[in-house]
Amino acid sequence: MSEKPKFAMYWAASCGGCEISVLNIGEKILDVDAHFEPVFWPVAVDSKYKDVEAMEDGSILLTLWNGGIRNQENEHIAHLLRRKSKILVAFGSCATEGCVPGLANLYPVEEIFSTAYHTVSTDNPQGIHPQPVVQVPEGTLTIPAMNPVLKTLAQVVDVDYFMPGCPPEPHQIAAVIDLVIAVLEGKAQLPPKGAVIGAGNSTVCDECPRARNVKHITAFKRIQDVAPLDPTLCILEQGVPCNGPATRSGCNARCPRVGAQCIGCYGPAEGVLDYGARLITAFASVVDAKEPEEIEAILDGIPDPVGQFYRFNLADSLLRAGVPAWKKNGH
Amino acid sequence: MTDSFEPVIVGFTCNWCSYRAADAAGTARMKYAPNVRLIRLMCSGRLDPTFVMKALASGADGVLITGCHPGDCHYIDQNYKALRRFLLLRRTLKGLGVEPERIKLVWASAAEGLKLTNEINAFVEEIRALGPLHWPKWDSNGHTAEKQPILEVTA
Ligand code: SF4
Ligand code: SF4
Ligand code: FES
Repeated sequence: MSEKPKFAMYWAASCGGCEISVLNIGEKILDVDAHFEPVFWPVAVDSKYKDVEAMEDGSILLTLWNGGIRNQENEHIAHLLRRKSKILVAFGSCATEGCVPGLANLYPVEEIFSTAYHTVSTDNPQGIHPQPVVQVPEGTLTIPAMNPVLKTLAQVVDVDYFMPGCPPEPHQIAAVIDLVIAVLEGKAQLPPKGAVIGAGNSTVCDECPRARNVKHITAFKRIQDVAPLDPTLCILEQGVPCNGPATRSGCNARCPRVGAQCIGCYGPAEGVLDYGARLITAFASVVDAKEPEEIEAILDGIPDPVGQFYRFNLADSLLRAGVPAWKKNGH
Repeated sequence: MTDSFEPVIVGFTCNWCSYRAADAAGTARMKYAPNVRLIRLMCSGRLDPTFVMKALASGADGVLITGCHPGDCHYIDQNYKALRRFLLLRRTLKGLGVEPERIKLVWASAAEGLKLTNEINAFVEEIRALGPLHWPKWDSNGHTAEKQPILEVTA
């Protein structure tokens, strides 16, 4: 074993994009290899849970955790890696705020299973329906049970740093790796615990090059219905719901720069307690109508407010889940 | 269960109108249900939807938002903004499975103590009919223990 500090990366309820984004840092990955010993990283390194269990507590210097906590296995490994790691980073939108898997917090677990296993788009002739515990002639089989709702990493264990993005931008990952290496070499200090790293302190609008004027929205439209989109003018001003005003900066306004609205993957801007509430405020401010009927007609242009306002943030919002997701569970 | 259910309602008032309406109601010894806890803002335009989310997540069964009549806002047209936020918030709560009737918007001038009293009393009964919201207090096991109201329940 080398003397290099140990590194781990884990995926829980996520899509795998965070792992890809780490590879997207290009040759910087060689710096990771030069400075760290990857001891646990299911996508890249063949080590097992029992290997991690055998490590001394606090012996992993840096763990990047991506994914939300959806089942008992995710939860168990979160506690395990928390114990074994000095620095635990919630990496990416799923870990920090639940992201798209968190939208399942609108539905009870049974409904999630029936959609996944028993709808027309699923080929399941034997009607297989996974159970946490199954008796077979050879004995008892178990798989991790689902939790009633998906939780963010910080809702389960103590987290040192938060790195937003779906996925985090490669240049931001590289900057964080550079920082950790500089800390190792005694040339820099770690930010205060709980800090958001690899992102800015402002909003996407702040990094957006599009021209802005006072907005008077008389209709919300889908982007494909606005043809052609003015390439220099604020997208929200053109009536397409753009989440830039509530979203944390850090991606350099990647989407509006290429003609797409921001959908909010960098999560809530600094100081925002509830991402959706901030967007409701922003959108309500630009609607140009005073009569309830007129306002309602304009709001019809946002047919799925929860999807618009909480696509990434539902699990970390003040309400965290829809009523059907928790109603049946003893309520 | 609903027999003993006393709704917990948070009410946001505007300093220039509805708060004075509530004050006027008190001065005139009109009674309104004690289920509502009024919070004074300078204007309904100060009402951040975050406050409503937080109230519901912390144990409130309903939220009342009040302000000056259209055209009467002391900050020109902030109450129109409040109206738009309210309508959008209601749609969002509906998407989350919360009955949109749990939030209500009422305009009341400083002189309308009686109107405000009636609106509050009516709202309390509407929420009573809907039943408790009981938003879960999420614990680290993914689910909630019992209801642990942050807002105390009236005797
Ligand atoms: S709303 Fe969207 S398009 Fe407009 S300035 Fe903000 S990020 Fe850019
Ligand atoms: S513009 Fe918005 S959606 Fe696009 S990368 Fe940036 S934060 Fe994410
Ligand atoms: S001052 Fe009363 S609503 Fe604005």
